[in-house]
Amino acid sequence: MSTPPSRRKPPRVGDGPLIRRSLIGFVLVVGALLVLSPLLVIFVQAFSAGTAAFKAVILHPDTLHAIGLTVATALIAVPVNTAFGIAAAWAITKFDFPGRRLLLVVIEIPFSISPIVAGVAYLFVYGLQGLFGPALQAADVKILFALPGIVLASMFVTAPFVARELIPLMQAQGRDLEEAATSLGASGWRTFFSVTLPNIRWALLYGVVLCNARVMGEFGAVSVVSGNIRGQTNTLPLHVELLYHDYQTAGAFAAASTLTLLAIVTIIAKVLLERQGAGRSGRPALAAPAPAQGSKP
Amino acid sequence: MKIRLDHVVKTFDTFRAVRDVSLEIGSGELVALLGPSGSGKTTILRMVAGLEYSDAGTIHFGEQDATAIPVRDRGVGFVFQHYALFPHMTVAENVAFGMKVSKVKRGRAEIDRRVGELLDLVRLSGLGGRFPTQISGGQRQRVALARALAVDPKVLLLDEPFGALDANVRRELRRWLREIHEALGITTLFVTHDQEEALDLADRIVILNEGRIVQQGTPEQVCRSPNSAFVTQFLGDANRLEASIRDGRARIAGGEIAAPGVTDGRAEVFVRPSDLDWSDTGGIPATVTRVIDRPENRRILARLGDGTSLELDVPPETAVRSQDIGFVRIRRANVFPLS
Repeated sequence: MSTPPSRRKPPRVGDGPLIRRSLIGFVLVVGALLVLSPLLVIFVQAFSAGTAAFKAVILHPDTLHAIGLTVATALIAVPVNTAFGIAAAWAITKFDFPGRRLLLVVIEIPFSISPIVAGVAYLFVYGLQGLFGPALQAADVKILFALPGIVLASMFVTAPFVARELIPLMQAQGRDLEEAATSLGASGWRTFFSVTLPNIRWALLYGVVLCNARVMGEFGAVSVVSGNIRGQTNTLPLHVELLYHDYQTAGAFAAASTLTLLAIVTIIAKVLLERQGAGRSGRPALAAPAPAQGSKP
Repeated sequence: MKIRLDHVVKTFDTFRAVRDVSLEIGSGELVALLGPSGSGKTTILRMVAGLEYSDAGTIHFGEQDATAIPVRDRGVGFVFQHYALFPHMTVAENVAFGMKVSKVKRGRAEIDRRVGELLDLVRLSGLGGRFPTQISGGQRQRVALARALAVDPKVLLLDEPFGALDANVRRELRRWLREIHEALGITTLFVTHDQEEALDLADRIVILNEGRIVQQGTPEQVCRSPNSAFVTQFLGDANRLEASIRDGRARIAGGEIAAPGVTDGRAEVFVRPSDLDWSDTGGIPATVTRVIDRPENRRILARLGDGTSLELDVPPETAVRSQDIGFVRIRRANVFPLS
């Protein structure tokens, strides 16, 4: 069993060349097959009918409207969910109150529920046959099949994103810093803005980026509540589906490529954020070897 | 500023952390709260700071009832066990924080000048531009102290101030903290579980166990006349021997010592290792089981005829080996009746 003493460093446990090579190879192949190749196909297909056709689809009023609607939804849903996420993380990590664990579970519900279920639930609450439907109609407030419905559904789906990033970090940081700031005479707001926020900023931004990516890409919940009205309540993901069902394959891929582009921009933003968080020399982000902020896969 | 606690009680859920503690700390005094973990010492400190509120009882600062004053307005400087320095601020920014958020507005130049003074005081001038991660533990501790002092606190509170430091740094910082206290004269209360630290630093020591004060007094008082078995054992190594008392004398296996004023009956006798002598001639017969060499002395582990183990410290040049047979003499002991 014993190998002759070699001049090479003995491999660590589980670091045999065979295991290492096959593991790396497996991950690379699956990654390329499952993740990378579809992305490439999108762009190849988008331009398959030529640049002119691509332009025509992108500049079509319906597509432009869908892009606008998607951005508008993100502009409303992301800030609201950011505020909610900070408040929830703060409440859970800095206060003791009955129902704390329950709140944690409630925040996670959207992760485990299929978005389409959320959409249907909104139908039952705000729809004409629903709970508030008649009252809303009487007041001439349109929630379903309009922007408010889309925003609400998107917010439901992305509610946990910011909170989930912040809670572990804030739990690890404890209450010492806030207590120190308060004992030095700082007010609650001052403590939050000068002490808490700077220490969670990278995790917060990371959560915001993830939340934004999901809001822009959300399909299931939005498709139920928006009504898919072309040029009115069609967000970009819905628009992609519509084009696809109309047998406009190239068009669908062109629209999809814009959505992908938005996602890629988001990912680049995320990578840049991580760089800054980790590499800003002289400004260590955190004293404790706290969970590396935003460096999750 | 004088501090007075009257019948203070604190319960966490079902755990009674502090049970009816009354305590007075004189103006300018340096007092240690000493006790094992779970004795309620940190909770008392946090209640004085206003970081916890008491369930019952009052806390007075001077003549003012401070029980309900929030921490922000209480005017205390608090040094946390793990320093709680703001990691995203430089040392100088950390020290300046209290002055920046203060209701008393100060100019930039004035704050800078004061930060410079404080960094001089804690011997960290020149490190103002560093971040907390870039300095050593001892230096962080001193930054935390400078930051607490920057707001001109009426009372200085330190929670296990040297707990996270290694032994040499700890000793040095203790002496230094004592010097600062003598220079500034701020009423200071600190928490520790290390009796050596308490004895080294404090004017007065308050010993706590299970949420109650068991004894308080100067280091001399608590060392020379501990009032209970708990205090005797907590303050340092002590051998425990069973004894029976008759007519003011305690009979121990193979010998007896004077125990004036102790009622007749069963008792326990505590003897510090340094209060035992080893001799070849007379005393309680014992067999050496092991000899441990230390820089300052030798420690003998011995066994008496009835199986009781004893530890005694003897001068380093004492010639003794394992399995030697000799005699133990008790020079000084504390005797407590067993009820």
